[in-house]
Amino acid sequence: MAKETLKKPELTVQEIKDQKEAKKNAMVLFLSDTDEKESFLSKRNRKLLTDPLDDNNPITVQVLGICSALAITVQLEPAVVMAIAVTAVMAFSNMIVSMLRDMIPSRIRIIVQLVVVASLVALVDQVLRAYAYDVSKQLSVFIGLIITNCIVMGRLEAFALGNGIYRSFLDGVGNAAGYGLILIVVAFFRELLGSGKLFGYEVLGHKGATLAESSGLYAFGYENNGLMLLSPMALIVVGLLIWWQRSRNRKLIEA
Amino acid sequence: MEYINLFVQSIFIENMIFAYFLGMCSYLAVSKTMKTAVGLGAAVIFVLSITVPINFLLDQYLLRPGALSWLGAEYATIDLSFLSFIMFIAVIAAMVQLVEMIVEKFAPALYGALGIFLPLIAVNCAILGGALFMQQKAFTGIGYALTYGFGSGIGWFLAIIGIAAIREKITYSNVPAPLKGLGITFIITGLMALGFMSFMGIKI
Repeated sequence: MAKETLKKPELTVQEIKDQKEAKKNAMVLFLSDTDEKESFLSKRNRKLLTDPLDDNNPITVQVLGICSALAITVQLEPAVVMAIAVTAVMAFSNMIVSMLRDMIPSRIRIIVQLVVVASLVALVDQVLRAYAYDVSKQLSVFIGLIITNCIVMGRLEAFALGNGIYRSFLDGVGNAAGYGLILIVVAFFRELLGSGKLFGYEVLGHKGATLAESSGLYAFGYENNGLMLLSPMALIVVGLLIWWQRSRNRKLIEA
Repeated sequence: MEYINLFVQSIFIENMIFAYFLGMCSYLAVSKTMKTAVGLGAAVIFVLSITVPINFLLDQYLLRPGALSWLGAEYATIDLSFLSFIMFIAVIAAMVQLVEMIVEKFAPALYGALGIFLPLIAVNCAILGGALFMQQKAFTGIGYALTYGFGSGIGWFLAIIGIAAIREKITYSNVPAPLKGLGITFIITGLMALGFMSFMGIKI
Protein backbone atom coordinates (compact mmCIF):
# COMPACT_ATOMS: atom_id res chain seq x y z
CA MET A 1 0.00 0.00 0.00
CA ALA A 2 2.69 2.38 1.06
CA LYS A 3 4.66 1.48 -1.99
CA GLU A 4 1.82 2.35 -4.32
CA THR A 5 1.33 5.77 -2.80
CA LEU A 6 5.01 6.33 -3.18
CA LYS A 7 4.92 5.29 -6.77
CA LYS A 8 2.16 7.59 -7.80
CA PRO A 9 3.80 10.99 -7.41
CA GLU A 10 6.85 9.60 -9.15
CA LEU A 11 4.72 8.81 -12.15
CA THR A 12 3.20 12.24 -12.23
CA VAL A 13 6.63 13.80 -12.11
CA GLN A 14 7.56 11.67 -15.07
CA GLU A 15 4.38 12.74 -16.81
CA ILE A 16 5.09 16.39 -16.20
CA LYS A 17 8.56 15.87 -17.56
CA ASP A 18 7.13 14.21 -20.63
CA GLN A 19 4.70 17.03 -21.16
CA LYS A 20 7.45 19.60 -20.82
CA GLU A 21 9.56 17.66 -23.25
CA ALA A 22 6.73 17.44 -25.75
CA LYS A 23 6.06 21.15 -25.41
CA LYS A 24 9.70 21.93 -25.96
CA ASN A 25 9.79 19.70 -29.00
CA ALA A 26 6.72 21.40 -30.38
CA MET A 27 8.36 24.78 -29.84
CA VAL A 28 11.51 23.64 -31.55
CA LEU A 29 9.43 22.38 -34.43
CA PHE A 30 7.95 25.74 -35.18
CA LEU A 31 10.49 28.19 -33.83
CA SER A 32 13.80 26.58 -34.37
CA ASP A 33 16.18 27.08 -31.45
CA THR A 34 18.36 29.80 -32.90
CA ASP A 35 16.13 31.77 -35.20
CA GLU A 36 14.14 33.57 -32.54
CA LYS A 37 16.34 36.58 -32.01
CA GLU A 38 18.30 36.51 -35.22
CA SER A 39 17.50 38.53 -38.28
CA PHE A 40 16.71 36.49 -41.36
CA LEU A 41 20.01 37.15 -43.06
CA SER A 42 22.32 37.68 -40.09
CA LYS A 43 26.04 37.15 -40.56
CA ARG A 44 25.84 33.57 -39.36
CA ASN A 45 23.00 32.72 -41.72
CA ARG A 46 24.67 34.42 -44.64
CA LYS A 47 27.75 32.31 -44.00
CA LEU A 48 25.63 29.20 -44.55
CA LEU A 49 24.91 30.46 -48.03
CA THR A 50 28.35 31.70 -49.04
CA ASP A 51 30.63 29.15 -47.40
CA PRO A 52 29.80 26.28 -49.76
CA LEU A 53 30.63 28.44 -52.77
CA ASP A 54 34.35 28.38 -52.08
CA ASP A 55 35.88 27.36 -48.74
CA ASN A 56 33.54 24.45 -48.20
CA ASN A 57 32.48 23.62 -51.72
CA PRO A 58 30.60 20.32 -51.81
CA ILE A 59 32.39 19.02 -54.90
CA THR A 60 35.95 20.27 -54.66
CA VAL A 61 36.37 20.28 -50.87
CA GLN A 62 33.79 17.98 -49.29
CA VAL A 63 34.03 15.54 -52.25
CA LEU A 64 30.29 14.90 -52.26
CA GLY A 65 27.90 14.58 -55.15
CA ILE A 66 30.32 13.92 -57.95
CA CYS A 67 28.36 10.86 -58.99
CA SER A 68 25.65 12.45 -61.06
CA ALA A 69 27.42 15.74 -61.58
CA LEU A 70 29.87 15.09 -64.34
CA ALA A 71 27.97 13.08 -66.90
CA ILE A 72 25.57 15.91 -67.62
CA THR A 73 28.11 18.68 -68.17
CA VAL A 74 28.55 18.29 -71.91
CA GLN A 75 26.20 21.21 -72.49
CA LEU A 76 25.15 24.15 -70.38
CA GLU A 77 21.40 23.66 -70.57
CA PRO A 78 21.12 20.26 -68.86
CA ALA A 79 23.71 21.42 -66.31
CA VAL A 80 21.57 24.43 -65.39
CA VAL A 81 18.43 22.31 -65.19
CA MET A 82 20.25 19.79 -63.03
CA ALA A 83 21.49 22.55 -60.72
CA ILE A 84 17.95 23.86 -60.30
CA ALA A 85 16.56 20.37 -59.66
CA VAL A 86 19.21 19.67 -57.04
CA THR A 87 18.55 23.04 -55.37
CA ALA A 88 14.86 22.26 -55.06
CA VAL A 89 15.44 18.77 -53.74
CA MET A 90 18.14 19.80 -51.27
CA ALA A 91 16.37 22.82 -49.87
CA PHE A 92 13.13 20.98 -49.23
CA SER A 93 14.61 17.68 -48.09
CA ASN A 94 16.80 19.57 -45.62
CA MET A 95 13.72 21.43 -44.40
CA ILE A 96 11.54 18.33 -44.06
CA VAL A 97 14.18 16.25 -42.32
CA SER A 98 14.88 19.16 -39.98
CA MET A 99 11.17 19.24 -39.09
CA LEU A 100 11.19 15.49 -38.44
CA ARG A 101 14.54 15.36 -36.70
CA ASP A 102 13.18 14.82 -33.18
CA MET A 103 10.83 12.08 -34.28
CA ILE A 104 13.16 9.91 -36.36
CA PRO A 105 14.64 6.98 -34.43
CA SER A 106 18.33 7.03 -35.24
CA ARG A 107 18.47 3.37 -36.29
CA ILE A 108 16.16 3.81 -39.25
CA ARG A 109 17.04 7.39 -40.13
CA ILE A 110 18.73 6.49 -43.42
CA ILE A 111 15.60 4.84 -44.73
CA VAL A 112 13.45 7.77 -43.60
CA GLN A 113 15.80 10.20 -45.31
CA LEU A 114 15.84 8.14 -48.48
CA VAL A 115 12.05 8.07 -48.60
CA VAL A 116 11.81 11.84 -48.12
CA VAL A 117 14.41 12.49 -50.83
CA ALA A 118 12.96 9.89 -53.20
CA SER A 119 9.48 11.42 -52.98
CA LEU A 120 10.88 14.89 -53.72
CA VAL A 121 12.90 13.58 -56.66
CA ALA A 122 9.88 11.77 -58.07
CA LEU A 123 8.04 15.10 -57.89
CA VAL A 124 10.85 16.97 -59.67
CA ASP A 125 11.01 14.23 -62.31
CA GLN A 126 7.30 14.50 -63.04
CA VAL A 127 7.49 18.30 -63.28
CA LEU A 128 10.43 18.10 -65.69
CA ARG A 129 8.64 15.56 -67.85
CA ALA A 130 5.64 17.83 -68.04
CA TYR A 131 7.39 21.14 -68.75
CA ALA A 132 10.87 20.34 -70.12
CA TYR A 133 10.56 16.99 -71.82
CA ASP A 134 13.65 17.28 -74.06
CA VAL A 135 15.97 18.13 -71.19
CA SER A 136 14.39 15.42 -69.07
CA LYS A 137 15.16 12.88 -71.82
CA GLN A 138 18.72 14.17 -72.00
CA LEU A 139 19.25 13.85 -68.27
CA SER A 140 17.76 10.32 -68.38
CA VAL A 141 18.65 8.38 -65.25
CA PHE A 142 20.60 11.20 -63.68
CA ILE A 143 17.50 12.90 -62.27
CA GLY A 144 16.70 9.66 -60.44
CA LEU A 145 20.25 9.53 -59.21
CA ILE A 146 19.78 12.74 -57.22
CA ILE A 147 18.31 10.37 -54.60
CA THR A 148 21.66 8.77 -53.97
CA ASN A 149 23.60 11.93 -54.65
CA CYS A 150 25.92 11.90 -51.67
CA ILE A 151 25.60 15.66 -51.29
CA VAL A 152 21.92 15.40 -50.35
CA MET A 153 22.43 12.58 -47.87
CA GLY A 154 25.63 14.15 -46.60
CA ARG A 155 24.01 17.47 -45.75
CA LEU A 156 21.00 15.75 -44.20
CA GLU A 157 23.29 13.75 -41.93
CA ALA A 158 25.73 16.52 -41.17
CA PHE A 159 23.40 19.49 -40.87
CA ALA A 160 19.65 19.01 -41.03
CA LEU A 161 19.55 16.42 -38.24
CA GLY A 162 20.99 18.93 -35.79
CA ASN A 163 19.72 22.33 -36.84
CA GLY A 164 16.57 24.38 -37.11
CA ILE A 165 14.30 24.54 -40.12
CA TYR A 166 15.29 27.90 -41.52
CA ARG A 167 19.02 27.31 -41.11
CA SER A 168 18.71 23.87 -42.71
CA PHE A 169 16.88 25.42 -45.63
CA LEU A 170 19.68 27.96 -46.09
CA ASP A 171 22.30 25.24 -45.83
CA GLY A 172 20.51 23.25 -48.52
CA VAL A 173 20.32 26.23 -50.86
CA GLY A 174 23.95 27.18 -50.21
CA ASN A 175 25.35 23.72 -50.85
CA ALA A 176 23.23 23.23 -53.93
CA ALA A 177 24.52 26.56 -55.20
CA GLY A 178 28.12 25.49 -54.63
CA TYR A 179 27.38 22.28 -56.49
CA GLY A 180 25.60 24.10 -59.31
CA LEU A 181 28.48 26.56 -59.62
CA ILE A 182 31.00 23.80 -60.36
CA LEU A 183 28.54 22.10 -62.69
CA ILE A 184 28.01 25.29 -64.70
CA VAL A 185 31.70 26.20 -64.85
CA VAL A 186 32.61 22.72 -66.12
CA ALA A 187 29.74 22.71 -68.61
CA PHE A 188 30.75 26.18 -69.82
CA PHE A 189 34.26 25.06 -70.75
CA ARG A 190 33.15 21.74 -72.19
CA GLU A 191 30.46 23.22 -74.40
CA LEU A 192 32.56 26.20 -75.48
CA LEU A 193 35.69 24.23 -76.35
CA GLY A 194 33.95 21.05 -77.42
CA SER A 195 31.27 22.34 -79.73
CA GLY A 196 31.88 26.10 -79.87
CA LYS A 197 28.43 26.86 -78.47
CA LEU A 198 26.86 28.22 -75.30
CA PHE A 199 23.28 27.17 -74.52
CA GLY A 200 23.18 25.91 -78.13
CA TYR A 201 24.10 29.30 -79.67
CA GLU A 202 27.15 29.38 -81.90
CA VAL A 203 29.22 31.98 -80.07
CA LEU A 204 32.47 31.29 -81.92
CA GLY A 205 30.94 31.64 -85.35
CA HIS A 206 29.44 29.20 -87.75
CA LYS A 207 31.32 26.17 -89.04
CA GLY A 208 30.54 25.48 -92.68
CA ALA A 209 31.61 22.60 -94.89
CA THR A 210 34.56 24.57 -96.28
CA LEU A 211 36.69 27.40 -94.92
CA ALA A 212 34.95 29.91 -97.22
CA GLU A 213 31.50 29.01 -95.89
CA SER A 214 32.56 29.36 -92.27
CA SER A 215 32.41 32.53 -90.24
CA GLY A 216 33.94 33.84 -87.03
CA LEU A 217 36.89 31.91 -85.63
CA TYR A 218 36.22 28.99 -87.94
CA ALA A 219 37.05 31.15 -90.94
CA PHE A 220 40.64 31.20 -89.65
CA GLY A 221 40.79 27.44 -89.52
CA TYR A 222 39.79 26.97 -85.86
CA GLU A 223 38.59 23.47 -85.00
CA ASN A 224 36.47 22.23 -82.12
CA ASN A 225 38.19 20.00 -79.63
CA GLY A 226 36.10 16.85 -79.81
CA LEU A 227 37.91 15.40 -76.83
CA MET A 228 36.10 17.86 -74.55
CA LEU A 229 32.82 16.13 -75.34
CA LEU A 230 34.04 12.77 -74.07
CA SER A 231 33.37 11.85 -70.47
CA PRO A 232 37.02 11.61 -69.27
CA MET A 233 37.49 15.33 -69.90
CA ALA A 234 34.87 16.16 -67.27
CA LEU A 235 37.12 14.57 -64.66
CA ILE A 236 40.20 16.33 -65.93
CA VAL A 237 38.46 19.73 -66.02
CA VAL A 238 37.34 19.25 -62.41
CA GLY A 239 40.88 18.22 -61.51
CA LEU A 240 42.23 21.42 -63.04
CA LEU A 241 39.53 23.47 -61.27
CA ILE A 242 40.63 21.96 -57.97
CA TRP A 243 44.21 22.81 -58.81
CA TRP A 244 43.29 26.43 -59.54
CA GLN A 245 41.10 26.76 -56.46
CA ARG A 246 43.72 25.32 -54.11
CA SER A 247 46.59 27.35 -55.47
CA ARG A 248 44.48 30.46 -54.80
CA ASN A 249 43.13 29.30 -51.45
CA ARG A 250 46.15 27.62 -49.92
CA LYS A 251 44.57 26.53 -46.65
CA LEU A 252 42.67 23.84 -48.57
CA ILE A 253 45.83 22.02 -49.60
CA GLU A 254 45.99 18.44 -48.37
CA ALA A 255 49.06 17.50 -46.36
CA MET B 1 26.53 -15.45 -76.63
CA GLU B 2 24.35 -12.46 -75.92
CA TYR B 3 25.07 -12.95 -72.25
CA ILE B 4 28.83 -12.80 -72.83
CA ASN B 5 28.40 -9.73 -74.99
CA LEU B 6 26.33 -7.98 -72.31
CA PHE B 7 28.80 -9.06 -69.64
CA VAL B 8 31.84 -7.62 -71.44
CA GLN B 9 29.90 -4.53 -72.38
CA SER B 10 28.87 -3.82 -68.80
CA ILE B 11 32.40 -4.34 -67.47
CA PHE B 12 34.44 -2.37 -69.97
CA ILE B 13 32.42 -0.27 -72.37
CA GLU B 14 29.71 0.98 -70.04
CA ASN B 15 31.90 0.96 -66.98
CA MET B 16 29.98 2.49 -64.07
CA ILE B 17 32.85 4.77 -63.08
CA PHE B 18 34.60 5.66 -66.31
CA ALA B 19 31.58 6.06 -68.56
CA TYR B 20 28.86 7.26 -66.16
CA PHE B 21 30.74 8.47 -63.06
CA LEU B 22 28.45 6.44 -60.80
CA GLY B 23 29.61 5.72 -57.28
CA MET B 24 32.31 8.38 -57.51
CA CYS B 25 31.93 9.55 -53.92
CA SER B 26 32.85 6.27 -52.31
CA TYR B 27 35.30 5.60 -55.14
CA LEU B 28 37.27 8.71 -54.20
CA ALA B 29 36.85 8.39 -50.46
CA VAL B 30 37.74 4.72 -50.04
CA SER B 31 40.49 4.30 -52.62
CA LYS B 32 43.34 5.48 -50.40
CA THR B 33 44.49 1.97 -49.56
CA MET B 34 44.24 -1.28 -51.45
CA LYS B 35 42.69 -3.24 -48.59
CA THR B 36 39.61 -1.11 -48.11
CA ALA B 37 39.19 -0.76 -51.86
CA VAL B 38 39.02 -4.52 -52.31
CA GLY B 39 36.49 -4.80 -49.46
CA LEU B 40 34.18 -2.16 -50.85
CA GLY B 41 34.53 -3.45 -54.41
CA ALA B 42 33.55 -6.95 -53.32
CA ALA B 43 30.56 -5.59 -51.42
CA VAL B 44 29.42 -3.65 -54.50
CA ILE B 45 29.61 -6.74 -56.74
CA PHE B 46 27.62 -8.66 -54.15
CA VAL B 47 24.87 -6.06 -53.70
CA LEU B 48 24.56 -5.21 -57.41
CA SER B 49 24.10 -8.84 -58.42
CA ILE B 50 21.30 -9.17 -55.86
CA THR B 51 19.44 -5.89 -56.27
CA VAL B 52 19.40 -5.58 -60.07
CA PRO B 53 17.49 -8.87 -60.64
CA ILE B 54 15.10 -8.11 -57.77
CA ASN B 55 14.39 -4.65 -59.13
CA PHE B 56 13.97 -6.23 -62.57
CA LEU B 57 11.20 -8.47 -61.24
CA LEU B 58 9.63 -5.52 -59.46
CA ASP B 59 9.68 -3.47 -62.64
CA GLN B 60 8.39 -6.34 -64.76
CA TYR B 61 5.46 -7.36 -62.57
CA LEU B 62 4.51 -4.22 -60.69
CA LEU B 63 5.70 -0.92 -62.07
CA ARG B 64 5.88 -0.64 -65.84
CA PRO B 65 2.79 0.25 -67.88
CA GLY B 66 0.67 -2.88 -68.22
CA ALA B 67 2.80 -4.81 -65.73
CA LEU B 68 -0.19 -5.56 -63.53
CA SER B 69 -2.01 -7.47 -66.27
CA TRP B 70 -1.27 -10.76 -64.46
CA LEU B 71 -3.85 -9.65 -61.91
CA GLY B 72 -6.58 -9.49 -64.51
CA ALA B 73 -7.47 -7.67 -67.69
CA GLU B 74 -8.90 -4.63 -65.89
CA TYR B 75 -5.49 -3.86 -64.34
CA ALA B 76 -3.67 -3.78 -67.67
CA THR B 77 -3.97 -0.02 -68.11
CA ILE B 78 -2.38 0.90 -64.78
CA ASP B 79 1.01 2.62 -65.00
CA LEU B 80 2.89 2.80 -61.72
CA SER B 81 6.25 3.75 -63.19
CA PHE B 82 6.26 7.08 -61.34
CA LEU B 83 6.77 5.03 -58.17
CA SER B 84 9.92 3.39 -59.46
CA PHE B 85 12.40 5.68 -57.66
CA ILE B 86 10.84 5.05 -54.27
CA MET B 87 10.41 1.32 -54.86
CA PHE B 88 13.95 0.84 -56.12
CA ILE B 89 15.57 2.72 -53.31
CA ALA B 90 13.41 0.95 -50.73
CA VAL B 91 14.41 -2.43 -52.16
CA ILE B 92 18.06 -1.41 -52.16
CA ALA B 93 17.98 -0.13 -48.58
CA ALA B 94 16.15 -3.24 -47.41
CA MET B 95 18.46 -5.60 -49.30
CA VAL B 96 21.55 -3.90 -47.94
CA GLN B 97 20.18 -4.21 -44.42
CA LEU B 98 19.40 -7.89 -45.04
CA VAL B 99 22.76 -8.63 -46.57
CA GLU B 100 24.42 -6.91 -43.63
CA MET B 101 22.54 -9.07 -41.13
CA ILE B 102 23.23 -12.29 -43.05
CA VAL B 103 26.91 -11.54 -43.41
CA GLU B 104 27.15 -10.60 -39.74
CA LYS B 105 25.53 -13.89 -38.72
CA PHE B 106 27.25 -16.33 -41.05
CA ALA B 107 30.56 -14.73 -41.98
CA PRO B 108 31.73 -12.53 -39.10
CA ALA B 109 35.23 -12.32 -40.56
CA LEU B 110 33.91 -10.84 -43.81
CA TYR B 111 31.62 -8.56 -41.80
CA GLY B 112 34.58 -7.25 -39.87
CA ALA B 113 36.48 -6.67 -43.08
CA LEU B 114 33.66 -4.82 -44.83
CA GLY B 115 32.90 -2.78 -41.71
CA ILE B 116 31.03 0.42 -42.39
CA PHE B 117 31.10 -0.05 -46.15
CA LEU B 118 28.07 -2.29 -46.21
CA PRO B 119 25.58 0.28 -44.88
CA LEU B 120 27.24 2.95 -47.03
CA ILE B 121 26.43 0.98 -50.15
CA ALA B 122 22.73 1.86 -49.80
CA VAL B 123 23.61 5.39 -50.87
CA ASN B 124 26.14 4.40 -53.53
CA CYS B 125 24.93 5.81 -56.83
CA ALA B 126 26.24 2.78 -58.69
CA ILE B 127 23.60 0.56 -57.11
CA LEU B 128 20.62 2.77 -57.90
CA GLY B 129 22.21 3.58 -61.26
CA GLY B 130 22.35 -0.13 -62.04
CA ALA B 131 18.63 -0.43 -61.35
CA LEU B 132 17.74 2.64 -63.41
CA PHE B 133 19.87 1.61 -66.39
CA MET B 134 18.32 -1.85 -66.15
CA GLN B 135 14.89 -0.22 -66.45
CA GLN B 136 16.03 1.92 -69.38
CA LYS B 137 17.57 -0.99 -71.28
CA ALA B 138 14.30 -2.99 -71.10
CA PHE B 139 15.86 -6.44 -70.72
CA THR B 140 13.69 -9.35 -71.78
CA GLY B 141 14.68 -11.88 -69.12
CA ILE B 142 15.99 -12.04 -65.59
CA GLY B 143 19.17 -13.71 -66.85
CA TYR B 144 20.14 -10.50 -68.65
CA ALA B 145 19.45 -8.44 -65.54
CA LEU B 146 21.63 -10.73 -63.44
CA THR B 147 24.44 -10.63 -66.02
CA TYR B 148 24.23 -6.87 -66.21
CA GLY B 149 24.28 -6.42 -62.42
CA PHE B 150 27.20 -8.80 -61.95
CA GLY B 151 29.17 -7.28 -64.84
CA SER B 152 28.65 -3.71 -63.63
CA GLY B 153 29.81 -4.75 -60.18
CA ILE B 154 32.98 -6.26 -61.61
CA GLY B 155 33.60 -3.13 -63.65
CA TRP B 156 33.30 -1.01 -60.51
CA PHE B 157 35.60 -3.39 -58.63
CA LEU B 158 38.28 -3.19 -61.33
CA ALA B 159 38.08 0.59 -61.38
CA ILE B 160 38.48 1.00 -57.63
CA ILE B 161 41.36 -1.44 -57.23
CA GLY B 162 43.08 0.23 -60.20
CA ILE B 163 42.92 3.68 -58.68
CA ALA B 164 43.82 2.40 -55.21
CA ALA B 165 46.98 0.81 -56.58
CA ILE B 166 47.96 4.01 -58.34
CA ARG B 167 47.23 6.16 -55.28
CA GLU B 168 49.34 3.94 -53.06
CA LYS B 169 52.26 4.46 -55.42
CA ILE B 170 51.72 8.13 -56.05
CA THR B 171 52.28 9.07 -52.40
CA TYR B 172 55.97 8.69 -53.18
CA SER B 173 55.88 11.07 -56.14
CA ASN B 174 56.40 14.80 -56.14
CA VAL B 175 52.99 16.18 -57.02
CA PRO B 176 52.46 19.99 -56.98
CA ALA B 177 51.05 20.91 -53.56
CA PRO B 178 47.66 22.30 -54.68
CA LEU B 179 47.10 19.22 -56.82
CA LYS B 180 47.89 16.74 -54.07
CA GLY B 181 45.20 14.32 -52.97
CA LEU B 182 41.90 15.06 -54.64
CA GLY B 183 43.10 16.97 -57.71
CA ILE B 184 45.58 14.40 -58.96
CA THR B 185 43.09 11.61 -58.28
CA PHE B 186 40.58 13.29 -60.55
CA ILE B 187 43.12 13.69 -63.32
CA ILE B 188 44.32 10.10 -63.01
CA THR B 189 40.74 8.88 -63.14
CA GLY B 190 40.24 10.94 -66.29
CA LEU B 191 43.30 9.37 -67.88
CA MET B 192 42.15 5.89 -66.86
CA ALA B 193 38.76 6.64 -68.38
CA LEU B 194 40.48 7.66 -71.62
CA GLY B 195 42.22 4.29 -71.57
CA PHE B 196 38.93 2.48 -71.01
CA MET B 197 37.45 4.29 -74.02
CA SER B 198 39.62 2.13 -76.23
CA PHE B 199 37.25 -0.74 -75.47
CA MET B 200 34.48 1.14 -77.24
CA GLY B 201 33.00 -0.54 -80.26
CA ILE B 202 34.06 -4.06 -79.30
CA LYS B 203 31.43 -6.55 -80.39
CA ILE B 204 31.64 -10.17 -79.40
